[in-house]
Amino acid sequence: MRQALEPILKINNLQTHFFTKAGILKAVDGVSFEIAAGEIVGLVGESGSGKSITGFSVMGLVDPPGKIIDGNINFKGKDLSALSNDQMQNIRGNRIAMIFQDPMMTLNPVLRIETQMIEAIQAHDGGVSREDARIRSRDTLGLVGISSPDERLRAYPHQFSGGMRQRVSIAIAMLNRPDLIIADEPTTALDVTIQGQVISEMQKLCRETQTALLWITHDLAVVAGIADRVCVMYAGRIVEQGLVANIIANPMHPYTQGLMGSVPSQNQRGKPLQQIDGMVPSMLNLPVGCAFQNRCNYANEKCSNMQPDITQVADGRQVRCFNIPAGQQL
Amino acid sequence: MKPILKVQNLSKDFIKSLDLVAKGLNRIGQNYKEEVVHAVDDVNFSIFKGEIVGVVGESGCGKSTLGRMVAGILSPSTGSVEFDSSQANNKEIPSALRTQMIFQDPFSSLNPRKRVVDIITEAPIYHKLIPPSEKRAFATEMLQRVGLDPDTLERYPHQFSGGQRQRVGIARALAVSPEFLVCDESIAALDVSIQAQIINLFVDLKDKFDLTYLFISHDIGVIEHISDRVIVMYLGRIVETAPIETFVKQPNHPYTQALLTGVPRLEVGKRQYEPISGEIPSPLSPPTGCHFHPRCNFATARCKAEKPALRKIAPAHFSACHLNDEA
Amino acid sequence: MSASANKQSYDLPAAGLRKFWLDFSESPTAVIALFVFLIILFIAIFAPWVSPSNPYDLTSVDIMNSRLPPGSEDFSGNFYILGTDGAGRDMLSAIFYGLRVSLGVGALSGLVALILGASVGLSAAYFGGRFETIMMRIVDIQLSFPSILMALIILAAFGKGVEKTIIALILVQWAYYARAARASALVEKNKEYVEAAKCLALGDKRIILSHIAPNCMAPLIVVGTLQTAHAISLEATLSFLGLGLPITEPSLGLLIGNGFEYMYSGDFWISIFPGIALLITIVSINLVGDQLRDMFNPRLQK
Repeated sequence: MRQALEPILKINNLQTHFFTKAGILKAVDGVSFEIAAGEIVGLVGESGSGKSITGFSVMGLVDPPGKIIDGNINFKGKDLSALSNDQMQNIRGNRIAMIFQDPMMTLNPVLRIETQMIEAIQAHDGGVSREDARIRSRDTLGLVGISSPDERLRAYPHQFSGGMRQRVSIAIAMLNRPDLIIADEPTTALDVTIQGQVISEMQKLCRETQTALLWITHDLAVVAGIADRVCVMYAGRIVEQGLVANIIANPMHPYTQGLMGSVPSQNQRGKPLQQIDGMVPSMLNLPVGCAFQNRCNYANEKCSNMQPDITQVADGRQVRCFNIPAGQQL
Repeated sequence: MKPILKVQNLSKDFIKSLDLVAKGLNRIGQNYKEEVVHAVDDVNFSIFKGEIVGVVGESGCGKSTLGRMVAGILSPSTGSVEFDSSQANNKEIPSALRTQMIFQDPFSSLNPRKRVVDIITEAPIYHKLIPPSEKRAFATEMLQRVGLDPDTLERYPHQFSGGQRQRVGIARALAVSPEFLVCDESIAALDVSIQAQIINLFVDLKDKFDLTYLFISHDIGVIEHISDRVIVMYLGRIVETAPIETFVKQPNHPYTQALLTGVPRLEVGKRQYEPISGEIPSPLSPPTGCHFHPRCNFATARCKAEKPALRKIAPAHFSACHLNDEA
Repeated sequence: MSASANKQSYDLPAAGLRKFWLDFSESPTAVIALFVFLIILFIAIFAPWVSPSNPYDLTSVDIMNSRLPPGSEDFSGNFYILGTDGAGRDMLSAIFYGLRVSLGVGALSGLVALILGASVGLSAAYFGGRFETIMMRIVDIQLSFPSILMALIILAAFGKGVEKTIIALILVQWAYYARAARASALVEKNKEYVEAAKCLALGDKRIILSHIAPNCMAPLIVVGTLQTAHAISLEATLSFLGLGLPITEPSLGLLIGNGFEYMYSGDFWISIFPGIALLITIVSINLVGDQLRDMFNPRLQK
C-alpha cells in the first residue's frame, strides 16, 4: 500500500520566485508533493511550467535573482530550504543526485571519466582510497550497461556518443547510492532507440537499488511508461497529481485533458488534434484566479476571481479545479 | 497517375579533402585518406500530388540532407530530383519557388533584423509577384492564413513566441505560392500543446491550398498522425517505405519494428522497455553490407557482406532486408 | 483558432533603440564614458565656436604671450586656463582644434577601412573556396605586421600629408575589419534564415547585403570603436614622430610632439595637456566599445 511507505521527500507549498528588473516571476508558486523510497514520480509540464525550477530548488541550485521564499522541502527529516550551502554540499551528489538534459552539464570535457568519478566519490567520503574508488566507478559503469568499463574509464567525454554520455551521467549520479535521483529531461535529446535503452537502465536500477526517482519531462508518454505517479504542472502550480494509470485513463483537469489530446498517436489519425488555444500567460503577469482560465473551455466567473484549491478525488488524486463533477469529489 | 516529384539515385557525399600537409605526406609514402560521409546513399522514391509523405529516422540517417536536396538548397552529388510541372497549380510562378522549406529552429529561421512584414513580402516583391504598393495588404492576408494577428506586422522576430515564429516561417513560405513543402523537424522545438496547433495548421493549409508535403521528423507519433505514406531511413539509406496503415500494423524491416516498439506511447501505460542494443554507428565508418546488421537480432552472414536492395514486398510496400528473400 | 489569444497574454520585449539603451545603461562606467565622448565630439565638431580663440589665426597670436603657465593672464586680459605654447597660442584652443583633426582623421579612416574590410570579409565568407583562401591569407600577412611598422613603410614610400596619412591608416586597419566580418559572416551563413533566403531564390547580392551584412554589424561596430581609438593613437604616434600630419593641420599627436622639447625646461603644459586630452578621448571610446562588445556577446546574454 503506497500510503504506508514513509515519504523520503516531502515538499510543502514550495515558492520559488525570481526578482528581475521587469518584475517578480513566480516560477514555482505553491507546489506540494511527496516521493516515497523506491518510487518513480513524473513531473510533467511544458516550458515555463516551473518543473525544472522545482528540481533545482530541491537541490539548492537556484541562483539569484531566484530565491526560495516560502515552503519547506523535507528530505528524510531535514528541511533542505533551511540549510546553508555547505550543508547542502554534503547532500548534493551524495544523498540526492541530479541528471540533466545535456550530459555535458555533468561532464567536464577536459578530464577523464575516471578522474571525475573518483572525485565524486572522494568528495563525499574522504576515507575511500583511490583504488577502491576506481573499482566502485568501474562497477557502476557496468551497472548502467557500459561494456569494457576499465577501458571506458580512461576515456574523455568527447569519445562517447550522446547516449553513452548520458549513461555516464547516470552512473555518476548512482556512485554514492543516493536515496533520490532528480532527472531533468534526461532523454529528451536522445534518439528513440537510445532513449529506450536509457529508460530501461533507469527502470532496472531504481528497482534494484530502491532509489527514488523524480523524472521531470514534457513528454507524458515517457512518464506513462515508467512512473508510478505523476504531477502535472502549469504556470508554477501543480494542477493534477495522482496515479499515472488513473490520470491517463481519465484526465480531470482541463489542462491535462488538453495536453493528452495534443499528443498525436495512432488513435488520432485523420482527426484534428485537440489543441489548446492561446499560449501560456507571461509569468510576470499571471491573471488573478486560475492561471489556465484564458485557455479553458469550462472557465466561469469563479475561475477568474479565485485560485482553485486542491480537491481530493475518490481515486486518491488531487486536482486544482472548480469544475470537478461533485460525484467524483471526496 | 504520375508522381509530382520523382527522386532517383539521389546521393550526397560530404568530403573532407586532404589539406596541403597531408597531400605532401602522401607523396612521401604516407597513406592519408579523404574522409567521406555518405549522408544520403542512392535514394529512390516518388511522391504524388496531395500526399503527405513522412520521413522518419534517427541521428545520422540523412533525412535533413535529403530534405534540403529536395528543397533545392543543397545540390546532390549524384542523382536527380524531378518535378512534374504539368501538375503544378500555378504555372506562372518561377520554378525555383515551387518547393519551399519550413525549418526547425524558430529562433534562427527568421532574420532577426527584419520586421515580419518585410520577411514575408521580400521574396514576392523581389520576384515581382506582387507590386510593392500591395505589401501591407498581402502580408496581412498571409498572417491571417496562418492564424496570426495582423497587428503584429511591424514587429521583430524576437518579440514573438516560438510557435508564432514558426507560423511566420510558414507564412513566408506560402507567400510565394509553392506546390511542395518540405517540413524539416518543423515542430520539434515547440511545446507539445503548440505542436498540436501547428500540426492542425499544416493539415488545414494542405487542404486549402492543394499542397504536397515531405514531412521530416524523428517523432514517430507525429509521423503516424499526419502521413499518408512513410519512408524509414537509417544511416543514409531507405530501409522501408509503406502506406501508413501498413507501417503501423505490419512493419517489415527489423529497424522499423524496433523503432515502433521502442516509442513511448500514452496508451500503452507502464511497461518494461526492451530496447535494441548498440549505438547508432558513426556515418564516417558505417558497417559493411546492411548498415543495421550489428544491431539486428536476425542478422545473417549475408547481411554483413551484401547491401540489401529496396525490394517490393507488397503493393506500395518496399523493404530493404535480405530476410524477405528467404520467405 | 483564436488569433487574439495568441497576442494578448504575451509581454512584448523591448525593441530597437529602447532595447539598446536598456542594455547599454547596465554599465554606469560606459554611460559616463559615452557622455564624455559626446562632449569631446561636440567640441571637435564645433571647435571654432567653442574655443576661446583661434590659435591659427596669425593676427590674434602674439609671440610675447609664449610659454605662459596655466592660469595666467596676458597683457590684454586674456585668460589662458591651460597656458600657451611656444608660439603664444592658447593651449585650450589648440587642443580643441587638435581634437577636431584627430577625431576627423581617425573616424574617416575607420569608416573607409570598415567598408573596404567588411566587403572583403563578407564576400570571402559567402563565396568560400579559393577566393576566400587567397583573401584571408592576404589579411593574415597584413595583420602579422605591427601597425606602426606598416604605417611607417607606407608613409616613407608615399610621403607625408593629410591624404597620405589617412590612406596609410586605412591600409593598416582594413584587415581587422575583414577578419571580424568574415568570422561573423561564417556564422550567419549557416543559419536557417539564410537557407530560407536561398530557398526563396533571392540572389547572392541580395542575400549578402540584405540578410548577412546587417547581422554582422554588431561585431563590426565593436571593432570599429576600438579601431578608431587605435587609429587616433596611431596617427598621434606618427605625428609625434614628425611623419604624419603637417604643421598646418595639427592633431593632438603633433601638439604633443611639438611641445616635447619644452619639457626639459619645465614648461610641461605644452605637451602634457594635449596628452591628457588624447588619453581621455581614447579611454572613453574604448570603454564604450567594451560595453558594446559585452552587449553583443551571445554568451553573456541572459
